[in-house]
Amino acid sequence: MALDFDRVVAEEVSRSFGRRRALSRVSMVCEAGRIVGLLGPNGAGKSTLLAVLSTLLPPSSGRVRYGSHEARTGGPAVRARIGLLGHDLYLYPDLTARENLAFFARLYGLPDAGSRVAEALRTAGLESRGDDVVSGFSRGMRQRLALERALLHGPRLLLLDEPFTGLDEASGAALVARLRGLKSDGAIVVLATHDLDLAERVLDEALVLGDGRVRATAPSGGQARERYREALRATAPSGGSAS
Amino acid sequence: MRVAWAILRKDAAVEMRSREIVYTTVFFAASCVLVFAFALVREGRAMPDAAAAILWIAVAFSGTLGLGRTFERERYTDTLRALMLAPSDRPAVYVGKLLGMLVLLAIVEAALLPLIALFFAAPITASPLWLAALLAAGTLGFASVGTLFAAMLVRARSRDVLLPVLLYPITIPVIIAGVRGTAAILQPVPDEAMARFWAALLVFFDVVFVTLSLWTFEPLMTEQ
Amino acid sequence: MTRVFAPLACLAMALFAAAPAVVANAPAEATMGLVQRIFYYHVPSAMLMFVSAVVCGTASAAYLFRRSAAADRLASAAGELVVVFGLIVLATGPLWARKAWGVWWDWDARLTSSLLLWLMFAAYLLVRRYGGPGSEKLAGAMALFGMANVPFVYVSVNYWRTLHPKTSVIMTLEPGMRSAFWFCVSAFALLYALLLALRLRLEERRAEAEALFLALDE
Repeated sequence: MALDFDRVVAEEVSRSFGRRRALSRVSMVCEAGRIVGLLGPNGAGKSTLLAVLSTLLPPSSGRVRYGSHEARTGGPAVRARIGLLGHDLYLYPDLTARENLAFFARLYGLPDAGSRVAEALRTAGLESRGDDVVSGFSRGMRQRLALERALLHGPRLLLLDEPFTGLDEASGAALVARLRGLKSDGAIVVLATHDLDLAERVLDEALVLGDGRVRATAPSGGQARERYREALRATAPSGGSAS
Repeated sequence: MRVAWAILRKDAAVEMRSREIVYTTVFFAASCVLVFAFALVREGRAMPDAAAAILWIAVAFSGTLGLGRTFERERYTDTLRALMLAPSDRPAVYVGKLLGMLVLLAIVEAALLPLIALFFAAPITASPLWLAALLAAGTLGFASVGTLFAAMLVRARSRDVLLPVLLYPITIPVIIAGVRGTAAILQPVPDEAMARFWAALLVFFDVVFVTLSLWTFEPLMTEQ
Repeated sequence: MTRVFAPLACLAMALFAAAPAVVANAPAEATMGLVQRIFYYHVPSAMLMFVSAVVCGTASAAYLFRRSAAADRLASAAGELVVVFGLIVLATGPLWARKAWGVWWDWDARLTSSLLLWLMFAAYLLVRRYGGPGSEKLAGAMALFGMANVPFVYVSVNYWRTLHPKTSVIMTLEPGMRSAFWFCVSAFALLYALLLALRLRLEERRAEAEALFLALDE
């Protein structure tokens, strides 16, 4: 687990499923201590890009570098530094919150698993529900638990797919605070969302995707809204490229 | 090994809560025995070797059912992807799932044997070691191929029907060896030489197909 | 490939046109008479079925471990031909069995193994066709496992059979029969090679079309 990196670089990443091109020559650089947003409508390629960055999905062409490593050469050591919160939450509904976390702690071979699990339950605000079965949880509670599951092993690269789904005002604010904390700890956070209001509050930079292409980049979250509109306007009639 | 063990424990914990797979699979296996008993028993007398045949058919059918259910659980919230992301060698995931399958099938067989002995007056205690050896080797052969195929079919369309379509032709040697070997020791005079031959074939099958499965698991489970 | 294809196809047609005459001129087998002559079609088909299964299995292994798309195209072409030649084997086998053993189907070790091999590759085609996206890999595993399974199938079916021994019909070939036999083998082998090349060409074209389609998207 000695492997570490402080930047993730995607170079000309393309990915197609049969005849459908989900990603087309996407390049991006994510630095430690920054939160990068992937914005775009449904089907823009956000989830595919996250899957490629997580090493689960090999790109059809192009490559992703984690520091000086690639997914194929780094293998398990690279995976040990990645945390993914997917659209499906990767939780076993028949297990309790504590058992879910304990299982993933064991899977990652974490030392002091017990205290980490307790800590994660506290952060998720689920201390009192720790021994309840996850199938009885609300979407927001599951979402918070799933985030802590993805963070359990202290990943360097954190990939979040629509993390604000199902969160109420308070939990949303808590998530924003959590992300800021991770950022100051030097994590690389990549976050896919179509919620511009929340995005503006946390993003350091944004990549606007449309039809699998990078339509625009915004250096800061505040400008994302503007760029997003521009990009969508530019895409709609002509389908011409913006990057 | 740590990961395989963790997965086995997790599956056991899930199963302990509902006992769904164990109960339904055992009941299904018992139903198989009855259905085939009605087909193969005439005028109160079973056809020769019916006990061995029904035992292995029940194991194969309920094994297919159990495989489908086990991996349906990993599909439900896409947890198989989370397992693939774990920082271990991926074949460890296969080993964990295979161990779970072996435990399930051992439970099914433990329930089947008394049933077979009762219905067909099969002398299952005549040479218990050979019977155990044949069952163990045959189950491993069936489960090793089955676990790999069920895992790779998780993302496929029509996986329910494709699993038996792929699995049965490959495991025909296991069924033949299991049935013939078991029939040999359930005879009035057990033929241990014959049982030894079939057990050896099964062990050989196990070695080849467990190796092949471990070897192909990583490339197969990498998403396309 | 296109340049030699037409002459070779003509040659194959000529070979098959001549085959009935060659077969008719071969010496008659004493006990089986006319029905024995089906052997000249049955055995070459069976040989090519096995060859094709090995091609498909090996190419699938190359596809799985080397991620070579070309190997996958070869595997899919060979997989289909296993099923086609297997159908010839399974159709002609019972015709002969009816005369030789008096039944359409006999659980003869070789016939049964061929049936199982055919079944494995029919499953290969099924998973390719109905498995949805990514099913090439699943099919590849099936072909690889199917190929590895051939010895087990053969040994187990053989011993399963010998529990109820039956006199097997052994054919010793006279020189006249031998030349007719090899004539038919070469005709079938040429047909196989042409079909494989044709099928492979189709797959390559298809892959090119897909690539163009994607490039259009750029």
